[in-house]
Amino acid sequence: MRAAFERRRHLVDFAVGSLARHPTKNLGLVVTYALVVFLVGSVMLYGSAIRREAAAMLSSGPEITAQAMVMGRHDMSTSADVAALKGLRGVRRIEPRLWGYLWDSAGAANYTLMVPPPSDAAHAVGKGEAIVGEGVARARKLKPGAMLFLVSPSGKFLKTRVKSILSSDSALVSSDLVLVEEADFRAFFELPADVWTDVAITVTNPREVTTVAEKAALKLPRHRFVTRADMSRTAEALFSWREGLTLALLAGALVAFAILAFDKASGLSAEERREIGILKAIGWETGDVIALKLVEGGLVSGVAFLVGVIGAWAHVRFFAAGLFAPVLEGWSTLYPRFPLAPSIDALEIATLAALTVAPFTAAILVPVWRTATADPDAVMR
Amino acid sequence: MIFHPPILALIGASGLSAVVLGGAGLFAGRLLAGWDPTNGSERQIGLEKTTHLVSTVVAFVLTLEAASLVLFAFNADRMAPLFVGAMCAVGTLNASVWGFPTLWAKIAVFFAAFVWLAVDRVDLRARDWALIRPKYAGLLILAPLVLAEAGFELAYFLDLKADTITSCCGKLFGEDKPALGGDLAALDPRVALWALGAALVAAIGLGFGARRRRWAAVALGPVALAAFGVAIAAVISAIAPYVYEQPHHHCPFCILKREYGHVGFALYLPLFVATGAGLAAAIVAALPGTTTSRATIRTAIGGLAKTSAIGFTLFGAIAAALVWRSGLALIG
Repeated sequence: MRAAFERRRHLVDFAVGSLARHPTKNLGLVVTYALVVFLVGSVMLYGSAIRREAAAMLSSGPEITAQAMVMGRHDMSTSADVAALKGLRGVRRIEPRLWGYLWDSAGAANYTLMVPPPSDAAHAVGKGEAIVGEGVARARKLKPGAMLFLVSPSGKFLKTRVKSILSSDSALVSSDLVLVEEADFRAFFELPADVWTDVAITVTNPREVTTVAEKAALKLPRHRFVTRADMSRTAEALFSWREGLTLALLAGALVAFAILAFDKASGLSAEERREIGILKAIGWETGDVIALKLVEGGLVSGVAFLVGVIGAWAHVRFFAAGLFAPVLEGWSTLYPRFPLAPSIDALEIATLAALTVAPFTAAILVPVWRTATADPDAVMR
Repeated sequence: MIFHPPILALIGASGLSAVVLGGAGLFAGRLLAGWDPTNGSERQIGLEKTTHLVSTVVAFVLTLEAASLVLFAFNADRMAPLFVGAMCAVGTLNASVWGFPTLWAKIAVFFAAFVWLAVDRVDLRARDWALIRPKYAGLLILAPLVLAEAGFELAYFLDLKADTITSCCGKLFGEDKPALGGDLAALDPRVALWALGAALVAAIGLGFGARRRRWAAVALGPVALAAFGVAIAAVISAIAPYVYEQPHHHCPFCILKREYGHVGFALYLPLFVATGAGLAAAIVAALPGTTTSRATIRTAIGGLAKTSAIGFTLFGAIAAALVWRSGLALIG
């Protein structure tokens, strides 16, 4: 056991010395390799961070959202619909909601206008007041106390004073948000008093969400009921798909890198050939040379993988994955600015290794074997 | 669902394995037809040189296959939120008819690969090509297995649809379910734990005795396989409920989850290694070696059997610790 360990230790020592004897060639390979790990790792870390952010955001939403439908399109719910849902067993709270979109030609962006629900006392607004998201504040250069003027599609004018700006912690959902009072909202969009955009249903026991949704659907057959789990699944599937698609597009880079690794491993210098010839002449066997070259490859992989992963983490943490963010997160004028905290788990590392280290190792196996099985006199001559 | 990063990695790994094993299988046929170590012809020297390549690439892809079994199980658990009704890996595997066949194929490949790599290592150490023919005959069995596994896996991932409604572990491992999972869940925990103790004692005893007695090494194979089956039954019947501290939760996959500290990996890893090493010791012991290679083979059998015994001991110790630490009392 000790002898085997000592043998491996000496092999690693020798491999490190061998790599150090050809610094330019190996440094170039490590830099390219680390770049490949960095690219693939950035996509994966950003994808998982944004999925986690979306999941955290959805976890605070209502368990069920009921939306009226007419001819397959979203319609307004009425007070009668809300009343029909009252008394359902297992339901803790039913809140009709008022929200809508507004194209703002001044900011060249779409805003989401919303009336804060009565249960959300922290965001209560009075008549003529507004609370705005950080994206809206950024686009319109607003500060608390400033005036915000909005013009509806029919030409109606809404004059509000900014009460506060929403925290950037919730920017993922609130960046384009403008919270206004109910009477202001109805007057601005010319809505009658008894209609609502949708109905948020909060369920007491999370295990009964499906049952409550089924019972509610019987009461309101004209409505569709979207559960929080459905939205989580959709977000997870969407971001996973974008991440996978981006990785698939990077497959060309991976193939190019594998060809480079193959080429580098095949193109031995005269000095390297002589070195292997000497090793074989003094008694090293083919298996030993293969082991040496694989240890060299392993060291290159280890260093490049570590550098690439650290680079990818820093890219996501400090630069919001600037290279890939537009592809993975979509685009909007008021796209929120939010810090993402990438977390690296075993699945991410294993996947990243399978996508980068495995192709590299596969690419060098044949050149390594060719080198190891060469006759000593032939390579030294 | 194919554009899911771990799925892309798994498909890439199994595709690479299938290509390499396909090529290695063709070479195995050529070698078995023309291998003659007494002949110094160019063809024979070419075959000898190529065996080094085949050993290296097959060792690489089989290591990749072993890692992909862990990645597959981990990913199945992680993808559960994507399917309606799935709470753990069982739901994800149940989301397609190809899910469980893929898992079984991966487990079969893991054990077959373990045995092949052990035989390969012994053959390389023996220096007189003592096990070359059985090794390459084994490759002819291993190659179709890897190809089938790659096919199952591809079919599984292509068949996965996000809107699938699936059933999870409560259905499969419910005590009142008529399938095998239900039977194992309904097994008396006292019987399951006694049977596990007996199987582990037998496997560990044979493992430590295999170095001196060849029959013990040969017997270790079936005993290790039986101990593996009994261990899985014990996990479903008793150990998993102890971990969850819920008498009716028998899922052998939920213990892989984060909320249970990924304790399932600590439990299954020594069990799989112990079973693989036990099978490998038995196969190496059963193969006809040469006079010159006898000492090498004996040392290898001893090492494999010892690894198997240590693995089963570790599994038993972890299982006992989980039962000991649990707040649940299944046995009065």
